Amino acid sequence: MNQHAQKAAEFIRNESRTDWHDEALWFIRSKRDKAAHGIPEWEELRELASQVKSHVLSKLDQYLEQFEARAIQNGVQVHWAADAEEHNRIVHSILKRHQVQHLVKSKSMLTEECHLNDYLIERGIEVVDTDLGERIIQLKGEPPSHIVMPAIHLKKEEVGELFHEKLHTEKGATDPKYLTEAARQHLRQKFLTAQAAITGVNFAIAETGGVVVCTNEGNADMGVHLAPVQIHCMGIEKIIPKAEHLGIFTRLLARSATGQPITIYTSHYHRPKTGGAMHVVIVDNGRTAQLGREDFRNSLKCIRCGACMNTCPIYRRSGGHSYGYTVPGPIGSILTPGLDLKKYSGLPFASTLCGSCSDVCPVKINIHEQLYRWRQVIAEQGHLPAAKRQSMKWAGRVLSRPGWYNFFGKIGRWAIRRLPRPFLYNRFNEWGKDRELPEPPRQSFKEWYRENKRL
Amino acid sequence: MSKSKIIAAIQKNKPAEVLLPSIPSFETGNAKPFDAFVATAEAGGSQVFRISDSPGLNTVINTLFPEAVNIASPLPTVRSTIDLEKIQSTTDLESVDVAVIKGQLGVAENGAVWVTEADCGQRVLPFITQHLIILLDPADIVHNMQEAYQRIPVDATGFGLFIAGPSKTADIEQSLVIGAQGARSLTIFLEASQ
Ligand code: SF4
Repeated sequence: MNQHAQKAAEFIRNESRTDWHDEALWFIRSKRDKAAHGIPEWEELRELASQVKSHVLSKLDQYLEQFEARAIQNGVQVHWAADAEEHNRIVHSILKRHQVQHLVKSKSMLTEECHLNDYLIERGIEVVDTDLGERIIQLKGEPPSHIVMPAIHLKKEEVGELFHEKLHTEKGATDPKYLTEAARQHLRQKFLTAQAAITGVNFAIAETGGVVVCTNEGNADMGVHLAPVQIHCMGIEKIIPKAEHLGIFTRLLARSATGQPITIYTSHYHRPKTGGAMHVVIVDNGRTAQLGREDFRNSLKCIRCGACMNTCPIYRRSGGHSYGYTVPGPIGSILTPGLDLKKYSGLPFASTLCGSCSDVCPVKINIHEQLYRWRQVIAEQGHLPAAKRQSMKWAGRVLSRPGWYNFFGKIGRWAIRRLPRPFLYNRFNEWGKDRELPEPPRQSFKEWYRENKRL
Repeated sequence: MSKSKIIAAIQKNKPAEVLLPSIPSFETGNAKPFDAFVATAEAGGSQVFRISDSPGLNTVINTLFPEAVNIASPLPTVRSTIDLEKIQSTTDLESVDVAVIKGQLGVAENGAVWVTEADCGQRVLPFITQHLIILLDPADIVHNMQEAYQRIPVDATGFGLFIAGPSKTADIEQSLVIGAQGARSLTIFLEASQ
């Protein structure tokens, strides 16, 4: 069994919890629908967003250079990192130069991807994640299970217990309001003493050399404006040409993510504060390679809204941790095979190919088509598990020989009707593990047609 | 060094040039954006008041926040207890109960208000304060984000942002809680400038 299937099997063992997870995400998907339907030009916006991103990818080198030049003019220090290791090294050297011991971070999937926290903690720096969901999982020692709602897999009782242990809240307290207030007080102290703040980047404007960060909690700004040093880490694909394009993306992002018309804070950072320093780290880490894969380069358009996760029938019932990567769900399943085809060869199969992800994606990435395409690549390169390879081979033989097809059809119909259960439901029948085989028809369509064609 | 490597890899791998589409402004007819702004702002958790005279401003603030001890504002019409220009360190703003700032532009489709550091006195003020009040001229309300970005030069100052309500989170079991790390409330005073 592939890794995703195995972890998903563990996840669904607790049925009521699975249902709860499923419903929580579907609720967000419904809110997204309502918000999207409130905008008459919604589909036009999606199309424009997709086209702008296509354009950017086709001139990415020029836009990055333009962005860098403008940012430098603005007094920003720009760094380039080819991979995660270099990214971490750069961030650490900036912190060292400014003698930073206490660091606050707002949500950044890129730094998760690079495992920055561990790298810095090993080098003696205190790293505090300040988005509530991220702080929860950081205290719990877990990776995020969703890119927008990192702690969506946890129940309030679990958060209550965790906070009791780590933040000394009352034992047994589970009220989200009370727990959030406790986190607020705890994080305020961290903000006030931090010497540097790191944020991710939602959009980087080539024309003006500024970066845009969207949050609801205000944690990015509390960090950035209180600490003397601010560092913004971005993947190369975050570039947009001009500020006017923010009009499209800010209209799409929050509506797709949570159903809000816009995030509470949409912050535009262009220059360091008086007496402060501002750094931007531009990271490749596999993105240029993905740009070179014609069938898959569109995955770089992603604005990390999470809508494809919220709608996915597999994600909702298997949980973010089952994917084994920072970005889970449908988008994660088309990003990961490009990083390590063998390791993530199970993920493109964690899909029903229903296409719901592509339907909700605000930048119109053809996610389900790419999932299908990855399956082909995985098969061509011999990474299919043996059971799947064998059954595909046999299915191919049977389906290409009409005589065999008729014969096995007949046997199959007879067998399902007559054979005792243990013959049908056993370890060779992967499909029948949690499912009943369909009721077999009395005769095949061919047989029926022969009988009835004169009518 | 890595820069030239990354740029070279992009040049090698990028697709043929795709044209940049032009962006329409999505006119919403002649409907007045004012009512829509009030509705979306309130739906996002903001309180909206129409006030008619600035001298009454301080009375309104005191009525809304009777327990506020520290009031900070770069506006001369507001009776501040903290002089924003004289503070030694931004962490001194930790005790601010109410901050009052001017907003430059409101957006009807989402209830967001554009504010820059020039309006704040200190960049951190609208976040670190317990409660935030923004004064906005109803004449400065536009329909949507396209229109908003046409009107604002985003890099006119070093920092600018849209604020669309009080700080909030739903990170614990999707329950909405107002007052995460930023201001616990947002009050918008709509006041026509004379
Ligand atoms: S792939 Fe599309 S739907 Fe999924 S997170 Fe990215 S932008 Fe959102």
